[in-house]
Amino acid sequence: MLTKRIIPCLDVKDGRVVKGVNFVNLRDAGDPVELAALYDREGADELVFLDISASNEGRATMIEVVRQTAGEISIPFTVGGGISHVDDMKRILRAGADKIGINTAAVLNPSLIQEGALKFGSQCIVVAVDAKFNEAWGEWEVYTHGGRKPTGIRALAWVKEAESRGAGEILLTSMDADGTKDGFDLPLTRAVSSLVHIPVIASGGAGRQEHFYDVFTEGLADAALAATIFHYKEIAVPDLKLDLKHRGVEIR
Amino acid sequence: MTIAIVDYGMGNLHSVAKACERLGFDTIVTNDPSIILGAKGVILPGVGAFGDAMQHLQESGLATTVKEVAQSGKPLLGICLGMQLLFDRSEEHGIHHGLGILPGHVVRFEGGSYKVPHMGWNHLTYTQSTSPLFEGLTEGHVYFVHSYHVLPDRKEDLLAVTDYEQPVTAIVGAGHVYGMQFHPEKSGELGMSLLRNFLTIAEGKN
Repeated sequence: MLTKRIIPCLDVKDGRVVKGVNFVNLRDAGDPVELAALYDREGADELVFLDISASNEGRATMIEVVRQTAGEISIPFTVGGGISHVDDMKRILRAGADKIGINTAAVLNPSLIQEGALKFGSQCIVVAVDAKFNEAWGEWEVYTHGGRKPTGIRALAWVKEAESRGAGEILLTSMDADGTKDGFDLPLTRAVSSLVHIPVIASGGAGRQEHFYDVFTEGLADAALAATIFHYKEIAVPDLKLDLKHRGVEIR
Repeated sequence: MTIAIVDYGMGNLHSVAKACERLGFDTIVTNDPSIILGAKGVILPGVGAFGDAMQHLQESGLATTVKEVAQSGKPLLGICLGMQLLFDRSEEHGIHHGLGILPGHVVRFEGGSYKVPHMGWNHLTYTQSTSPLFEGLTEGHVYFVHSYHVLPDRKEDLLAVTDYEQPVTAIVGAGHVYGMQFHPEKSGELGMSLLRNFLTIAEGKN
């Protein structure tokens, strides 16, 4: 049986990890390659790098980070952030990433999903969706540009479209839950996971170990992603995996 | 004498090469038949579509080279699509002939009630635990990404399976020809150990 995946997310800017890193046992806690290797040793099932560099130089640095990381770790990793062309995808995949995350660019130009899937295979294309509950609609709305812009697009319709265009996976971030540490957005995750036939990675809101249990069971997620709680060692990956195993969740 | 990784224009060869290097083995990524035939062992990687891959192999002449490698008894490892290519044929987007090194064919997961691709970490069960590939290893999880799976004709070629709504061929082996459906280079410690065992087999042979 397939196991549920635990995925730490590293925000990288100009080649450095940002957003709360607090590892005492690393020589250089800001080095994404070292941090990635540590998570690999700790039993993380996969990693996501989110490149938040604003400059071309920063993006070029990211390619180097990808290349070095690919040489150091033996688990799959996804790279997202600022990817808007098939050429960008190619550069990152050739540098050794396993998957590409696309978000705003996919909303603005949905055919990018097909182009990527046709050229590199669906398994490479992760469509990242930032969703927020829209009270007036009674359902979730897609936001772009790092969660700043509402799009008027319904999230459930969008994930379905992304799947039909060839997305291999959905990385679903609940903007309502993100940063709260009150747990993943179970209704959203469950709604999306029930709708599509591709894996769904739940993101946003993890604060305690049981939140992961909840999102895998009630939320029907295939994988769960978190950043700060792992970086700050509020939850250690090995402890989390042991806890989930004890609760009967299939875990590597 | 090194390990040759066959470069036929498909997929990311960097990770496989790096993984071998980390294990302390010399590798060369190449499309040169003489280097491939002179190597101690050969890895046939592959990500992408079966038909495209076969076309690349045929047009470059590397299909013949890989068949020669298998016939010579030199250790050969197909990874993911590279394993599927070792078989007779695949029904991925039409019927395509493979290298025909091992008897069997490749079919799509039916899906419906379960998700396709089969993507993520799944448990390996060794069906022939005495294979040198499993020397010193216990069963565990490895990382799969595939929508098609192999049905080998000969039961004895099956070395390990995984369970995804049905038994799924995970590792095959016949003589010195091996195939892994998952990505050993992306499968943590167990994946690296399986790769090391293959490379050790290759080092021991000429």
